Amino acid sequence: MFPLGVSPDPSFLSTAAAGVVWVAALLATMLSLDRMFKSDFDDGSLEQLVLCQQPLYLLVLAKIFVHWSLTGIPLILLSPVLATMMNLNSEHIPILMITLFLGTPVISLIGGIGAALTVSLRTGGVLVSLIVLPLTIPVLIFGTGTIQASVEGLPLGGYLAIMGVILGLSLMLSPFASAAALKMSVSS
Amino acid sequence: MNWTFFHKLGSPKWFYDLSVKLQPWFLFLGVFLLLIGTVWGLAFAPEDYQQGNSFRIIYIHVPTAILAQSCYMMMAASAFVGLVWKMKIADMFIVAAAPIGAAFTFLALFTGAVWGKPTWGTWWVWDARLTSMLVLLFLYFGLMALRGAFEDTDMAAKASAILVLVGVVNIPIIKYSVEWWNTLHQPATFTLTEKPAMPPEMWLPLLIMVIGIYAFFTSVLFSRMRNEILIRERRTKWVRGIVLEEDQS
Repeated sequence: MFPLGVSPDPSFLSTAAAGVVWVAALLATMLSLDRMFKSDFDDGSLEQLVLCQQPLYLLVLAKIFVHWSLTGIPLILLSPVLATMMNLNSEHIPILMITLFLGTPVISLIGGIGAALTVSLRTGGVLVSLIVLPLTIPVLIFGTGTIQASVEGLPLGGYLAIMGVILGLSLMLSPFASAAALKMSVSS
Repeated sequence: MNWTFFHKLGSPKWFYDLSVKLQPWFLFLGVFLLLIGTVWGLAFAPEDYQQGNSFRIIYIHVPTAILAQSCYMMMAASAFVGLVWKMKIADMFIVAAAPIGAAFTFLALFTGAVWGKPTWGTWWVWDARLTSMLVLLFLYFGLMALRGAFEDTDMAAKASAILVLVGVVNIPIIKYSVEWWNTLHQPATFTLTEKPAMPPEMWLPLLIMVIGIYAFFTSVLFSRMRNEILIRERRTKWVRGIVLEEDQS
């Protein structure tokens, strides 16, 4: 849609490619966030998970991993096709895949907090995006920044390291917030 | 050390009485200092040799921006207190402070845009500081929307406390954005450790504005919190007593 909407000019497309693929990844994940805990909440199995002897932290992490493997991984696998359609030079495609590999789990992890906070509400959809999108801006900036640096021939180590740090921190901290939010949600 | 004051702080009635006593003073101090600071800053402070008179918007821009961030930090501290010690008053603070913080963030962004036009030649750039302030505004909006969506007060309190704590990651990003990324926005005007680079005639009114806006914030916050206390504690005897007194007089 993007080339038809803005401009099909190849040189313009190749500069915009990284950003377009990243925003597409972000929005695609956002669409599916709603349902991360919803069906479990509706049929009561979420309460069983909270009552379970296993730490909720790990269970939440498992739920988020499943969510990522159903939204993030297909996107990573599809990204070469998208990038080629957006006229991104083929040598940068591995870089794009690496940044997506580091970045999409972060989107799922942060999204998990939003989904857990709003799971007990009837109208969650817009609210999740309003809560989650601002928090994902750093990942978006560094994800596209990495590819931009690669296109300009600059060293990538620093960018990739920062993305790794973001992933590591959100992997450690965000399940705590999600678990606390889930406990709050089932308490009603 | 005597810790009873800490328990008292958590009691809505005690806080109500305290804020009735203190609020007029803060309001007076705030309006007084803001008046002095505005007149001094806008009319009497010397002109900037590069920016001319347009730099004077600093006297509104910097205090609102400082308050927008520190309001969020105060909310985060009280969210932590609310989650750990389950104090009712902590959540009332978050409810009362969020719209004020959002208003100040908007003011900081707006005055920044007005200032950016004559000096940078553009209303808006996607500079790190500007973007992270915009994120702060959305955090405030998200918080207010999340609050509004819950019917149960206890659940709303917990949900917003979690969201506030998650959003704290943005504050260091705003603070250090001008040092990590060399972008258009200049570094901090004030630091606690060093002398400002401006002459005293320029920074004194700014300091007065900052203190004044904190006092003004406190007084608005107190009246909003009193309102919140009255609504939530409407079933208690002392609130009924106050309402009956008002009726009779």
